[in-house]
Amino acid sequence: MNEPKTVPVDRPQMQKVVVPQERAVPTERTVETAATPAGLSVVRSFLLAKSSGRYADGAFASLMVVCALSVFAIVLLIVFVLISKSMPSIHQFGWRFFETRTWDPVSGQFGALPFIYGTVVSSLLAVLIAVPLALAVSIFLLDICPRFLRGPISFLTELLAAIPSVVYGLWGVFVLVPIIRDQVGPVLEKYLGWTGFFAEPNFGVSMFSAGVILAIMIFPVISSISRDVMRAVPVNQREAVLALGATRWEMLRIGVLRNSRMGIVGSVILGLGRALGETMAVTMVIGNHPDILKNLLAPGYTLASVIANEFTEATGDLYLSALIEIGLALFLVTIVVNAIARLLVWAVMRGNTARAH
Amino acid sequence: MSPLPVRSRHLERLLELRRSATNHAVTALAVVSTVLVLVPLVAIVGYLIYKGASSLNLAFFTHLPAPVGEKGGGMANAIAGSGLLLGLASLMGIPLGIGAGVYLSEYAHGTWLGSAVRFTADVLNGVPSIVMGIAAYALIVARQQHFSALSGGVALAIMMVPTVTRTTEEMLATVPNPVREAALGLGIPKWRTVLSVSLRTASPGIITGCMLAFARVAGETAPLLFTAFGNQFWNLFNLNQPIAALPLQIYVYAISPYDDWHRLAWAGALVLVVMIMIAVTLVRIFANRGVLKGGH
Repeated sequence: MNEPKTVPVDRPQMQKVVVPQERAVPTERTVETAATPAGLSVVRSFLLAKSSGRYADGAFASLMVVCALSVFAIVLLIVFVLISKSMPSIHQFGWRFFETRTWDPVSGQFGALPFIYGTVVSSLLAVLIAVPLALAVSIFLLDICPRFLRGPISFLTELLAAIPSVVYGLWGVFVLVPIIRDQVGPVLEKYLGWTGFFAEPNFGVSMFSAGVILAIMIFPVISSISRDVMRAVPVNQREAVLALGATRWEMLRIGVLRNSRMGIVGSVILGLGRALGETMAVTMVIGNHPDILKNLLAPGYTLASVIANEFTEATGDLYLSALIEIGLALFLVTIVVNAIARLLVWAVMRGNTARAH
Repeated sequence: MSPLPVRSRHLERLLELRRSATNHAVTALAVVSTVLVLVPLVAIVGYLIYKGASSLNLAFFTHLPAPVGEKGGGMANAIAGSGLLLGLASLMGIPLGIGAGVYLSEYAHGTWLGSAVRFTADVLNGVPSIVMGIAAYALIVARQQHFSALSGGVALAIMMVPTVTRTTEEMLATVPNPVREAALGLGIPKWRTVLSVSLRTASPGIITGCMLAFARVAGETAPLLFTAFGNQFWNLFNLNQPIAALPLQIYVYAISPYDDWHRLAWAGALVLVVMIMIAVTLVRIFANRGVLKGGH
């Protein structure tokens, strides 16, 4: 208790401003400064002189607040810019923009329905393919996989997430599309042709190819988040079910899946959000033809890919603002989808899972 | 104790069999699915290495793109352009993201504003990259009336912010509170505690987060389509001119009808993926070693 009182002696200027406890450390620092190079010590002594000043803490705190608020600012700025730039198109077409199916830049007629259809169908197709696989892999990695394989396999699935979209597209164009054109397509036509979803003409570049490539791309998202959610289920839930004599599947079904279903739905919606906005890979394999067809082997077009393809070539303000309005729609839809997903995942991860049923 | 329902042994045995059969079926299904998922992964990576490595040579790293019909050529300008764009994006996005993360963890713990910022960051994370491109186009390109490296950098920076923010916050949360309290108890002002104690302790994790954000935007093409735009020639210093980027060049070459360009696209893709993989692997090593264990 005596020591602090002896310290302040060599720093008289501090005594005026600062409360007694705050003296010990700056003193220690002055010793340190003496050993550092001259240039640095100027900065340091300036900082030291100011560091305990009245404004230092406040200034730093407000700087951090500004950074945090800039996250809001970014979102607001994006919304503002998108709305203001798409005004001409909003005025011209109103809600009809989303209900009509003519997309004719030459005559100035713009309707976004074919793109909405393409985005929804390709994303749903991707979710339909990816979800069962992702859940199966999560279960495999959590409960079945031998320990030595767990690390490598989860690393590999995470690598899938690190591959850029354009590389998926490249692979899609040169590998996937020919396979779907020559091998998978004819088989689907033969056995599932009666549904009307798979029919000639089959060029390979199609809604189906887009769905497959999207499924590969959203798989890591769904798999890793649903695995986290399943892992959040308390161990005694599992043990309790096992103690009742359940098999592994029954334990998973009753103890794990039922408890984490909200989070799993959240992960699926997050994957859906990713699929809705995915641009490059889809643009490269979907065929880019604005039409609404039941045939999944026919080319389609999505919201994101029409922007990617036509934005730089858009002549005239109306054309450009129609494309920006599509971007605005995409933005709002993904925000809503992501918000719902985040809320679901949060609700689960916060520990509501332990609730009994 | 109520008596158990009467059931024939036969029925019970059947039930038992069905349960174990279901169990085995599900196990088999999970194994098969995992194999099925690993196939495209191995196919993509394998094909990429096969195609990319066979067309990769020194010229790829040192030469400008060759005109159509001419053999050879490389993507030197695109590699440099990507470097410049990413540097620009990191310079803008990382400090902003770290600042917001510090605010969330050190100042806004449990406040209403903190939750709102966190939620906004999460949502921003899910916004399609092409929308970022449009925003940067409308903000900068439309105003300046020409495509520029600066606008590309801004688009990428915006994409980095939410990732950096969230990882910074998560990593700062692992710093045990007694460490902060000890610093504050010594009379160190709060800002100094945050900088020299909290941030420093959490720095391996924060670096990890920054690298992840970096790796994520390194492969982005969509936001650059109408901001950085691409360039067939060198642009090293002029932020007001269009600039080439590796992912952009890959896209242009992939959809072109020329075999020679396809070859270059594969080489570019291999280089891009290897660069990203190195970043991600470094991050994993960092994360496994450096990240500090939370308080007890």
